[in-house]
This record gives sequence, C-alpha cells and structure tokens, in this order.
Amino acid sequence: MSDKKGNDIKMNNVTKDTALMLSDIGMRFNLSKEKVDSVKEYFIKLVKHELKFDEFWALRNISFEVKKGERVGILGLNGAGKSTLMKVIAGVFRPTEGNVYKQGVLAPMIELGAGFDMQYTGKENIYLYGAVLGYSRKFMDEKVNDIIEFTELKNFIDVPLKNYSSGMKARLGFAIATVVKPDILILDEVLSVGDAKFRKKSEKKLLDMMDTGTTVLFVSHNIEQVKRICDKALILDHGSLVTYGDMEDVVAKYEEMIK
Amino acid sequence: MNSKLDDYRKYSNLFVELVRKGIKLKYRRSYLGIIWSMIEPLLTMIVLTIVFGTLLGHTGKEFPVYILAGRLIYTLFSQSSTAALKSIRNNQGMIKKVYVPKALYPLSSITFNYILFLISLVVLLMVSLVLGVYPTLKSLLAIVPLCVLFLLSVGAGLILSTVGVFFRDMEYLWNVLLMLVMYTCAIFYYPDKILRSDVGWILKYNPLFCIISNFRSCVFGKSMDMWMLGYSFVFSIFSILVGVLAFEKNQDKFILYI
Repeated sequence: MSDKKGNDIKMNNVTKDTALMLSDIGMRFNLSKEKVDSVKEYFIKLVKHELKFDEFWALRNISFEVKKGERVGILGLNGAGKSTLMKVIAGVFRPTEGNVYKQGVLAPMIELGAGFDMQYTGKENIYLYGAVLGYSRKFMDEKVNDIIEFTELKNFIDVPLKNYSSGMKARLGFAIATVVKPDILILDEVLSVGDAKFRKKSEKKLLDMMDTGTTVLFVSHNIEQVKRICDKALILDHGSLVTYGDMEDVVAKYEEMIK
Repeated sequence: MNSKLDDYRKYSNLFVELVRKGIKLKYRRSYLGIIWSMIEPLLTMIVLTIVFGTLLGHTGKEFPVYILAGRLIYTLFSQSSTAALKSIRNNQGMIKKVYVPKALYPLSSITFNYILFLISLVVLLMVSLVLGVYPTLKSLLAIVPLCVLFLLSVGAGLILSTVGVFFRDMEYLWNVLLMLVMYTCAIFYYPDKILRSDVGWILKYNPLFCIISNFRSCVFGKSMDMWMLGYSFVFSIFSILVGVLAFEKNQDKFILYI
C-alpha cells in the first residue's frame, strides 16, 4: 500500500494496525440560490418545477489510510474541505459516496464546547458533555474532580455557563474531551484557544496522549505547529486530495503552494 | 459502523442526561421549582371552572375534575409536540459538531414533558378526593389511555421534528392547529350533545379527544369506550410508523438545513 497515492485502497485492505480508512469519500452539497424554507414557497416552486439546486462537491474521491499512532496534519487553504472532511470522519456528515472505517473511540474536538447548555452550570455541563461523548454517569463521577482541577475553574464550577468567558468555556471543553485517552483524536483549530499558560498546558497534555499511541488528525494553518506535532501530512485543495505522505515532503510542497 | 441498536444502547446515557436537563431547566430560578407543575394546572382549573362553570351553568362538584383531567392531557400533548418540533433546531450546536443519534432530541423532550405530566397527575388525585370523586378499581385502567397518549406524543413528535427542520413555518402553523385540536377535545364543555349531532365525527375522529374521553371515564370509574380506545391506539401506532419512516429517511439531511 503506497502512502503517496491512496486512491486504490479498498476496504478489504483494512488491517489490525488501521485506525482509520477512507475509501472514495465524496460529499455533495446542494447550493440552492435562494433558500426555500417556507411551505408556500416550496409548493410554488415544486409546481413550477423551479426546485433546482447547484451541485457542489466539497469533497471528491478522497481515499487514505491512517495507521494506529500516526499523527496526520491536514493542510489546505480556506474552503479546501478540511473541516468538511473532519466532520465526515466524526460522523456529523454522512458522505454522499464512499465509506469511512474507524477503529476505536473517536473524540472530535471540532469546536470546543459545542453542545454545552448555557443555562446549565459548569459541573452539570461536564456530565452532559461526557454523555455526548458516550461516557456513563458513573464513569464521569470518577473523573469529575480531575476535570475540574485541570480547568482551574473550581470557583466557577457551580455558575451557569452563560456567565463564563469564551476562554473558560474552551478550557472546560478541552478538559472533558481529553479526560479519557481516545483512540482517535480530531483537532480542528483548537490549539489556539485560551491564554498562553493554558495553551501550553493543553499542548503538553496532547503530546502526552500522543506518546501513548493515540492517533491524531490535526487541522491547522500554523505550519510550525504541524511540524512540531505531526509525522505525516496531507494537502487538500478544492475538495480533492493532492498529496499524502511524510510530513517533511508534504509541508515542503505546501509551502511551495502558498508562496 | 456498528448497528443502530448498539448506537442507541451507547447513547442511552445521553438520553437520560437530556431528560434530566429538560426537567432541571424547566423550573430553574423559580422559587417553587417543580411544585409549579402541580400549582399551574390547579390555578388554570380554577379559572376555567369559574369562567365555564358559570357561563355554561355547570355547577356540579365533578366539573372541576372533568376540566382538570382534560386540560392536563391536552397540555402534555401541546407542550411535548411543540418541544419536539423545535428540538432539532434548538440542539443544532451539538448536532453540527458531534455525532449523536438525532432521534434522541425529540424523544427526550417528549419524555421529560411526560414525566412532569405524571407528577402533575397528583393534583388530579387530590382534587378528586377533595371534591368527593373517589377512585375505584376501574380507575387503575387509566394507565391504558395514558400509554396511548405517550405513543401518540411520540408519533406526532417524530413527524413534527422532521417537518420542523425543513419548514420553519411549521412552528406557527402548529400553534394554530393545536388550537383546533383543543376546541375539538371538549376540555371545558360536555360533548354529549355534539356527539349526537351530525358533526359528532369531528370529535370522534380526534384521537386526543378519544384519549381524554377514556381517561375521564376511568377517573369517574366508568367503562372505557372500546371503539375510541381502538381508534386512538391504531392512530398512534400509525403516526409512529409514519414518524419513524420520515425521520429515518431525512435525518442525514437535517444538518444541511439547520
């Protein structure tokens, strides 16, 4: 199986070392010129046969395999399809074509603290978000103190979240998502939250996790960060996979691209 | 990709958390808290009894019980269906970022409303005892129409939550439709005259009226109307089938519309 060109990978090539395999992923959106969301409009358009959409493929023919413990940097300009790809892998979008195979627990950190309830206190949100990630209440009982300690928000933990600053929310989100070592971790531009001190702390926690064999997909525009964290990388451009391979080669190519 | 069943087992915790959240947040920051779910129907019953009891001349002691039984059930249906209708849009923050079986949102909002409804049934019991409407053995059968009520709420909730994603107008339209449902449920009048007239079918084919009517029969220790029971049950099952099919077929598209 070559790493450079992954388009020939088929599902039956999945091995024990495979953490993630994508085969021929395509994601199509219908860009309607005007949004039809009222019943009246819908029926008028239906009768007039005006319900037309512009098709837009945000991703097309994406195939690659990530082995266990690999740290893959996802590079690409704005609108290249990076976040869409992450959402397909996380299961938020169902791909129009192709299949995603994943092995183990996947923790998506696409936007820290999405899914928090603003009326709920910090502590209640820990349980809620834990349940979103699939952990039981009993399990969260054991972990809740670790989480609170890591966030350094002890004095605010019984305050409703609407009174939190965005940095505080991000801390809470980070602490919950990393309380258990997931098998696959998706990081979409999340290492740029919080103050410098917390950023250092969270990067250290992530690096510790990676040392113990967590597979990481890392989306960032910060090339230095990608160099520091990743051992492989891929470039997306207008929804297709340009290159996939060792970090140095790919980053060099990306730097060429954005010149 | 695991089977759907595994999925739902894994997320049963989340379901419980969402139900818990709904109940906790409903009365947060009010001094009386969950007691409101009992006081509120009691106060409405008093108002309705004063207004309709005097206007229509129903001075019987059982009239408040009659009103309360009907209103409790109608309120549950209207609140749970409205909550389900908005559930997907209200949780879009979560839906857009992480994978969660989407049916959890309408189902949990229906369930938490139903639990609050069961708590408020205590008021009905107290009012009946005070007014001398004593429950009999037959009253235990009230559990049957209550189960049908839950099924109907689930069916209507699934259908509405699907439609609500694609058409925002549904929120306003549903309010109007609920008003129609309310007036054809005979909440604050006795339906006998209407049922005997040519337009009786308007009530008879309203599944919620059938549920309310049977529930009242149980409360007053009378026998249920078997035709109404069967009709409301079949209607509810049918609505669940339609709801599940519509939801299943469209849930992958939700994300593109919210």
